[in-house]
Amino acid sequence: MAAFLGLFRRDLRLALRQGGEVGLVLGFFTLAVLLFPFGVGPEPELLDRIAGGIIWVAALLAAVLSLDRLFAADHADGGLDLIALSPLPLELSALAKIMAHWVTTGLPLTVISPLLALFVNLDPEGIPVLTLGLLLGTPALSLLGGIAAALTLGARRPGVLVSLVVLPLYLPPLIFGSGAVEASLTGDGAYAHLLLLGAVTLAALPLAPLATAAALRQALD
Amino acid sequence: MSAFADWLAMGGYAGFVWPAYGLAAAVLGGLSLYYWSRHRRSAADLDRLQGSAGRR
Amino acid sequence: MLSRFANPARFMRVSGAALPWFGAAAAAVLAVGLVWSLAIAPPDYQQGESVRIMFIHVPAAWMSLSVYLLVAMASAVALVWRHPLAEVAAQAAAPIGAAFTLICLATGSLWGRPMWGTWWVWDARLTSVLVLFFLYLGYIALVNAFDDRDRGARAGSLLALVGVVNLPIIKFSVDWWNTLHQPASVVKLGGPTIATSMLLPLLVMAVGFMLLFGWLLLLRMRTILNERKAEALRLYGQPANRRERAEALTGDAVARS
Repeated sequence: MAAFLGLFRRDLRLALRQGGEVGLVLGFFTLAVLLFPFGVGPEPELLDRIAGGIIWVAALLAAVLSLDRLFAADHADGGLDLIALSPLPLELSALAKIMAHWVTTGLPLTVISPLLALFVNLDPEGIPVLTLGLLLGTPALSLLGGIAAALTLGARRPGVLVSLVVLPLYLPPLIFGSGAVEASLTGDGAYAHLLLLGAVTLAALPLAPLATAAALRQALD
Repeated sequence: MSAFADWLAMGGYAGFVWPAYGLAAAVLGGLSLYYWSRHRRSAADLDRLQGSAGRR
Repeated sequence: MLSRFANPARFMRVSGAALPWFGAAAAAVLAVGLVWSLAIAPPDYQQGESVRIMFIHVPAAWMSLSVYLLVAMASAVALVWRHPLAEVAAQAAAPIGAAFTLICLATGSLWGRPMWGTWWVWDARLTSVLVLFFLYLGYIALVNAFDDRDRGARAGSLLALVGVVNLPIIKFSVDWWNTLHQPASVVKLGGPTIATSMLLPLLVMAVGFMLLFGWLLLLRMRTILNERKAEALRLYGQPANRRERAEALTGDAVARS
C-alpha cells in the first residue's frame, strides 16, 4: 500500500512540478471547445444542442494528447525497469501512475467544464449531468488510454499510433457521456447513460491495469 | 439484345450495382494477384538461396 | 491439432498441397454465386435491382467480423501457447479482413445512396463496421510500428485481444447511440426478412468469400514464411559457410578456437 501511494505521489509531484503539464491539457481543452462556435456559428440554439458533444470530444482529444507522458519518460530513462523490479505488482504500479494521470488530466477538465459550458451555451440544466458524466468517465479515459500508451512504447511515431489505437476504446465513454447531457436536456433523464458510463469505468478499473501491465512487460523485455 | 441491355441497366440502378461489384472484384482480384506474385517471388528467392548454398 | 502444424516445414507441405484446391473451389463457388446474384435472383419488390448489392455487402460484413475473430483467436494462441505459426496467421489475416471491411463499407454506401439519398448513412451496422475498420488499421499499424519484429507481433496480439473484448461493448454503444438519434424513418440497411430466393445466393457468395479468404491466407502465410527463411539464410548462411562468415566478421582467433 505504501509503495502504491509512494508511486502515486511521485508521479503527481513530477507532473505538478512542471506545471505546464496540467496547463497544457487545460489549455488544449479550452481552445478546442472555443473553436467550435467559430466553426459552426454562434447561434445559441445550435450550440446548446451540440454542447455536450463538443465538450466531450474536446475532453477526449485533450486526454489523447496527454497520454504520451504516462509511461514514455520513465521508459526512456530506465525508471520503468525499476518500477517493474519493485515488489509492487506491475498491475498496481500501472494503476498508481494512471490514477496520478487522472488527477492531473481528467479531474482538472471536469472542474473547468462548467465554465466552458457557458461558452457553448449549454442549458444550465445540463451542466450537473455534464460534470458528473466527466467525473465518472474521465477515469475510464485515463485507464483505457494507459493500455494504448503502454502498447505503443518504443514505436516509431507513437503520437499518431496512440490516437488510432485508442479511438475504438474511447467511443463508448463518448457516446454515453454526451448522450447523458443530451438526454438531460430533452427531459428523458440521464440516469441510464450515467449508469452505463459508470459501468465502463468500473469494468476498466480491474481490466485496464491487467492489459497495461502485460503491454509494459512486452516493452521491457 | 434488349434483354441484355435491360440486364446491364439494372432497372436504373446500374450506376450503383456495377461499381459495387466492380470495386469488390478490383479489391479482391488485386489482392489475389498481388499475393500470388509475392508468393511466387518468395518461393523463387528461397529456391535460389537454398540451391546455391546446397551446392557448396 | 494445432501442435501438428507448429512445425513450419510441415505447414508448408500441407498448405502447398491444399492451396490449389482452395483456389479452384473459391473460383468455382464465386462463379456460381456471381451468376446467381447478378442474373438469377429476382429483384426486390421495394428496392428493385439495387438489392443485388446486398449479395456482396452482407457476405463482406460477415467476413470482416469473422476474420477479426480469427485474428483475435490466433493472437490468443500466440500469447498463451506461443504457437510459432499463430502470429503469422494473425498478421496474414488482418489485411485480408481489412479489405473485406472496406468492400463492406463501400458497397454499403452504394446501396444506401439510391435508397436514402446520401452517400453515407450512420446506420448502426455500417457504423460498427467503420469502427471495425479502425480496429484493423490499428492492429496493422501497431504490428508494423516497431523495428523489432517480435515486439510488434506481441503488441499486436495484445491489441487484438483488447479489441475483441471491446467489440461487443462498441456494438452495444453504437446501437444505443443509433436508437437515441433515430430520425422518424427507420434507417436500416437490411430491409425486410430475406426470402429464400435471396438467401441462397447470399450463402453461396458467403461460402465463396470464405474459400477465397482461405486461399489468400495460406498464400500470405507461405509467403511470410518463405521470406523469413530467405532473410535468415542471407543473414546467417547455411552451416557450410558459417565458419567462413565468422572468420570474416570477427577475425581469425575466434573462428579457429
